[in-house]
Amino acid sequence: MNRSIPRRTFVQTVLGAAVAAGSGVAALLAGRYGLVPPDHGGVLGIGHTLTFGAQRLLLRKQPLAREFDRAQISTNFPALNTTLPEDPDYQRDMKQGFRDWRLIVDGLVARPVELSLADIRGFPSRTQITQHVCEYGWSAIAEWTGVPLSLVLNAAGVQPQARYVFFNCVDGWWDSLDMADAWHPQTLLAYSMNGQDLPVAHGAPVRLRVERQLGYKHLKYITAITVTDTAREWGKGQGSEGAEHGYSWYAGI
Amino acid sequence: MPEIAPLRTPGDVISEVVDDAVRHSLLVRVTHWLNSFVFLALVVSGAAILLAHPRLYWGETGAFGSPAWIELPLPLNLYQTGWGRSLHFLAAWISVLNGSIYVLSGIASRRFSDDSRKYTMSQRWAYLAVVFVLFPLMIATGLAMSPAIAALLPGLVSSLGGHQSSRTIHFLVTDVLLLFVFGHVAMVYLSGFRSRIRGMILGRPGRMETKERL
Repeated sequence: MNRSIPRRTFVQTVLGAAVAAGSGVAALLAGRYGLVPPDHGGVLGIGHTLTFGAQRLLLRKQPLAREFDRAQISTNFPALNTTLPEDPDYQRDMKQGFRDWRLIVDGLVARPVELSLADIRGFPSRTQITQHVCEYGWSAIAEWTGVPLSLVLNAAGVQPQARYVFFNCVDGWWDSLDMADAWHPQTLLAYSMNGQDLPVAHGAPVRLRVERQLGYKHLKYITAITVTDTAREWGKGQGSEGAEHGYSWYAGI
Repeated sequence: MPEIAPLRTPGDVISEVVDDAVRHSLLVRVTHWLNSFVFLALVVSGAAILLAHPRLYWGETGAFGSPAWIELPLPLNLYQTGWGRSLHFLAAWISVLNGSIYVLSGIASRRFSDDSRKYTMSQRWAYLAVVFVLFPLMIATGLAMSPAIAALLPGLVSSLGGHQSSRTIHFLVTDVLLLFVFGHVAMVYLSGFRSRIRGMILGRPGRMETKERL
């Protein structure tokens, strides 16, 4: 060590360089392993990134959300936001029992498809009794039946570069999941609630269940599913319409 | 306060600090003020989140249309939770990291056991309860409300009595922490506000607070 450089300056420089290099490597690894959410920008984005990155590492073995007994099903389950879409095509489909309704699956898939409600009901189904946690603070337990999203994605043939699954809804709302939640066995396209056809107020004919995230990620009235390798081309690139209104894209907390 | 030159006679002990509680290491001072700042952010953002559903329940579930355990006399406001949640979790991260540094350094330096002569028994118990019971309880109940963490640690949620019980405990412990803060600030005020604040900023008693024994 050059004697003319004060020891303190030298130590500070080395520490500073180590922190900078460490942060750079951490950022590269985080990007490489999908630990950075699309709404990572800004001061509040630091919190979104820490939460998403930490939870992705903690949940890398894909634990299942808690499931409950039939006796615990809530008699009172509020329906928020859109409870009856105004879209005339939706209103017509609704009156016809969703006979002509179609769900589009496209994007980075080998075989883009349009699925009818009968097609979706034709897949192997999963039934789960889970707790819906609204970000407002209330929560309720219900039984959901639907097709695991992974089966629909596999039927369409997801390409290896896929990073997000985007959803469009009939009320104009849109959102996305990363592949960890898209492939999770409890992530359903649900068409049944508490043993009955999914009520219109709860998103008929098909809504998303993504049990390890808050209520606002459980999209209702889904019309299209698009697999992508980037979030940049949707809205402001933050991954969801909610993120543009201040609600974090990842809602595992 | 005018500075009065002390009278001295040979052999006197001079400048002995009577009040050594105002001596705090740099680490304690930095973590204290950072903690004060993020605690304020947590309370404000927590209140913003609470206003979206100012009702508390016991057990797993609860919603409008079901009986509440406590209905808080607060206005319903659904539009403050976006920034509220984002700020709450950013502040929670800083609070947890900052608190971990404080606790680990305190254990390493034996501060928690060596401070006994500076504080009364009731002060010691209050501080230890805040650091080792109430803050960990806030973290545990906060994490238990996360649907992802509930999947990872289902036993955490059931040991706290369920999702809504966790939310209720989170609120009640906040009230206890707020009472502690009021008591803490009142005691700082009563025991010499300027001296104490100076001690927590500069780490040493100010000249004017140095009592000299003659």
